Amino acid sequence: MKAIQNLGFSALNFVEQLGRFTAFSGSAMLQALRPPFRMGVFFDELYKLGVLSLVIICVSGAAVGAVLALQGYNTLQRFGATDSLGAVVGISLLRELGPVLTALLATGRAGSATTAEIGTMVATEQLDGLRMMAVNPMSFVVVPRLLAMIVVMPLLSALFITCGMGGGYLVGVSLMGVDGGRYMSNLYANVDFHEDVVGSLVKAVVFGVVVGLISTWRGFTSKPNSAGVSAATTSTVVTASVTVLLLDYIVTALWGI
Amino acid sequence: MSANGQDGAQVAQRGRGGEVAFDHVRMAFGSRVIFDDLTCRFPAGQISVILGGSGSGKSTLLRLIGGLLHPRAGHVRVGDKELTTLAERGLYAVREQIGMMFQAGALLDSFSVYDNLAFPLREHTRLSEAEIRERVHAKLTAVGLSADEDRLLPGQLSGGMLKRVALARAIIRDPQYLLCDEPFSGLDTISARRIENLLKDLNRSLGVTMIVISHDVPSTLRMADHVLVLVRKAAVQGTPSELRASKDPLVANLISADVDEAVLTAKGVEG
Repeated sequence: MKAIQNLGFSALNFVEQLGRFTAFSGSAMLQALRPPFRMGVFFDELYKLGVLSLVIICVSGAAVGAVLALQGYNTLQRFGATDSLGAVVGISLLRELGPVLTALLATGRAGSATTAEIGTMVATEQLDGLRMMAVNPMSFVVVPRLLAMIVVMPLLSALFITCGMGGGYLVGVSLMGVDGGRYMSNLYANVDFHEDVVGSLVKAVVFGVVVGLISTWRGFTSKPNSAGVSAATTSTVVTASVTVLLLDYIVTALWGI
Repeated sequence: MSANGQDGAQVAQRGRGGEVAFDHVRMAFGSRVIFDDLTCRFPAGQISVILGGSGSGKSTLLRLIGGLLHPRAGHVRVGDKELTTLAERGLYAVREQIGMMFQAGALLDSFSVYDNLAFPLREHTRLSEAEIRERVHAKLTAVGLSADEDRLLPGQLSGGMLKRVALARAIIRDPQYLLCDEPFSGLDTISARRIENLLKDLNRSLGVTMIVISHDVPSTLRMADHVLVLVRKAAVQGTPSELRASKDPLVANLISADVDEAVLTAKGVEG
């Protein structure tokens, strides 16, 4: 009986949280369309979320591309199709690994930092301070961070894919001995700009919206103490990562991106 | 007159604050009842001091006035505005008339002292940067800080300095209502007396309706026109002398605790 009660309570709590999250998302989107447009805070956030993530994105992208080329070469060799290595690495990175891994890395680095920052502002009454100065924290704190995450995600994803292709080329051509010209011509021949490149960027934008909303929401609703901020940060990483992976399947299945 | 000049004049000549009133307010956090049936008044243009034990709801009272919390029942009125009927946008309009000094400062930690003080002016006025600088430094001087300290970040300030910067930010736009949550705690005697005099000057010169939470009974009796004592989830209010003559032993003890007799004599309170 107790287990059923707990299950019911959890279900109700989930629905309530989902409702609040939807209201928060709607409010943030509406606020994004209303002045004042805080360009200074927006560019600060672009720097923090984007520029400070460059190293982790480049290194991870190159490593993933290199591993992909190594594994791909070993598999393709069985079928005598090592010339297709460029296409395998390129399409894998563009359609799946680029946007998804970038979103996961951005969640761990930038999303968690956003939650911790907003959560600390809650704990130290800075958001209440803004309200008492007649400044809407949604406009000053949430919207610039959300928009920065949406803008930065496709850019980081593109960088991840570029570095991945570089890593793949290095391993495939320099290490495994695949012909460089065939590697590149195969890549050009098999990658479709609209379906693969634009689709990849659209996926990254969708993930940017999700990670941005979850990280700001968790920070905004964190409990006003250090344990609350810590729990909110952990929750951001878990919730956003799982949501990105589930959403990746849904977007791929529905729209074939 | 230029737009900037108008803004400057508007900031300098804001009208006298109105009355703040609570009518049959019930406030609770979960099952923990803070106020059961609170009815009280904070007179217009006067200094009211709130006394009460820890957890009696002093800070909650200020948050209700600022619209940061909403009562379960009853009415909260600031001037002619009934807060419980206002939407968020209406609350922001009321907050433009209120300055609030939080107990822990609530300064924006990524902003310097200067930017913290300049922020409300940049948001709500069209003052030039030179006028903003002049006003920021004037307020810093008023709370006993030097202009050189405006580059520090909140994390680099001592507890007392933090309080004074928070107060300077609360009064930067010369609000009609000023809410102060323990402005004297953590301050040395000289700084505390300076802040006390500043609050009195603001009240006398601008007619600000001031509501101050304090544990310091002597300073309360020196500055208060009106005292509200929170006891048993409700309030007892009156002038300092009325409350000292209260037959409620809890109120009389609270108002008499550690009182400097000289202060009482100066205020004409009968022993």
